Amino acid sequence: MAKVLMKGNEAIAEAAIRSGCRHYFGYPITPQTEIAEYMAKRMPKVGGLCLQAESEIAAINMVLGASAAGVRVMTSSSSPGISLKSEGISYMVGSDLPALILNVQRGGPGLGGIQPAQSDYYQATKANGHGDLHLIVLAPSSIQEAADFTTLAFELGDKYRIPVMMLADGALGQMMEPVEFKEVNGDALPEKPWATTGTEGKRKKNIINSLFIKPDELEDSINARFERYAEIEKNEVRAEEYMTEDADIVIVSYGITSRICKTAISMARKEGIKVGMVRPITLWPYPNEALAKAAKTAKEFLVVELNKGQMTGDVKLAIECSRPVSFYGRTGGMMPTPEEILDEIRKIGGRI
Amino acid sequence: MTFTKKIIIISGHYGSGKTNIAVNLAKKLVTEGKKVALVDLDIVNPYFRAADNRAELEALGIRCILPQFANTNVDVPTLPPQIHSVFVSDETVIFDVGGDKDGAVALGVYRNAINKAGYDMIAVVNMYRPLTATPEDTLENLREIEDNCSLSFTGFINNSNLGEETTAADVEASLSYAKAIEKMTSLPLIATSYVESLHVTLDTLAMPIRDITKKIY
Repeated sequence: MAKVLMKGNEAIAEAAIRSGCRHYFGYPITPQTEIAEYMAKRMPKVGGLCLQAESEIAAINMVLGASAAGVRVMTSSSSPGISLKSEGISYMVGSDLPALILNVQRGGPGLGGIQPAQSDYYQATKANGHGDLHLIVLAPSSIQEAADFTTLAFELGDKYRIPVMMLADGALGQMMEPVEFKEVNGDALPEKPWATTGTEGKRKKNIINSLFIKPDELEDSINARFERYAEIEKNEVRAEEYMTEDADIVIVSYGITSRICKTAISMARKEGIKVGMVRPITLWPYPNEALAKAAKTAKEFLVVELNKGQMTGDVKLAIECSRPVSFYGRTGGMMPTPEEILDEIRKIGGRI
Repeated sequence: MTFTKKIIIISGHYGSGKTNIAVNLAKKLVTEGKKVALVDLDIVNPYFRAADNRAELEALGIRCILPQFANTNVDVPTLPPQIHSVFVSDETVIFDVGGDKDGAVALGVYRNAINKAGYDMIAVVNMYRPLTATPEDTLENLREIEDNCSLSFTGFINNSNLGEETTAADVEASLSYAKAIEKMTSLPLIATSYVESLHVTLDTLAMPIRDITKKIY
């Protein structure tokens, strides 16, 4: 189909509908409220349901219920709202239920602000709920990717029976870019023989539950899930390697910030500084191999995020601390300019 | 394209390019020797808005009336009390109205004063926005805005664009859409606007503009 001009929030909502998502449960919060607004307008026209719950906690539990019934379902929120959903997300992991959970990040901690941030990196990749758990975490950097990854999130979720988080930010949610929707057959969804759709007396009943009375059964369920995590780590790692072949300095950045870095990289290249970037697309599973490969030739790494350096540790682990890793970031809703990042590149260029 | 009324309201679907049109129009009217005030009446959009261009506009002598909390972390839509001053000043006033029908409610607060002062209300339309991709959907959107502010559109600007990827062909392809809206609504097409760097071939009513949207990267 032809390109259209959309806000990130609208494009994600439209892509979800095209991917066969007919159930949306949410609660308003800036800067993602356009999702609910778009869903409220479009869902009735496609025979779907958009429901504004009484709270984020109610919404995520409605997502749990709908997913247990086998349908494609999503919720969206922004940072403080995602914190509220954490308990439900953990219950969904424990029940092996897929769904798309979208975080259009804003500043924190606490009520924080309404401007863009990436300060939920730890939350998304390490601590979105209690227990031994992972979510697949996708980080789009454009409206086109936000639309494409929405479809991908539903596919991966169904394939591995795991909630998938898309980690966007307020800038991606609010800004407008042309987007083209890929042809997806939203009607031909995968069979879910585990779903609680009614036995009609023809099969054994399915039970969706995260409570295990016997400790050994709980351990077995966790081990089985971690076998699936191992498969995900083997098959689903995604990253973009940008001008890394000859790079002395490798920037590691994701989401909207990677776009600013690309501008800074072309400015630095004009000055003769060899700089490139590894852009993690999946924040879990993390692209350890792409970084380890870059570390073979790069002299230094620079992490750039809209937080105080949350991803730095993951970079150090991926390269086994074989190179110095420095950090530049802004917080509070402030965005770095390409010039600010260029200054950091120059500083590193001066000492290597 | 001449405006004789004191109040010029720029409205339409969100993302149609209202702020771009409003800011460009304010600058144009100033160069024609008019005293101009620009009112940012967008109570919905938290990020991209006329307030982003404040310094440039004030340098040109345009009085900017902006919500107190625009571009801050305060998530409270407010209407600055200074708005009332435009109805007793000798300025030509541009209202940049955001947020579809919900934003139009804020405009409706001032409808008596606007009616008294005399107004043009210009719809900005963009056929590359999916919810206004057809003349029918566009008309529905415009009627919702009118219903919520109790004011009527007097004309429209065809600002069909695909952001930074817009080509001259994209603009030219939107002319039949604009003509269909003109026929369906009886509203006059005031202009077709496009970024000035594009080589667009139009018979009449061309409005080259400068893209003033805040650039992040």
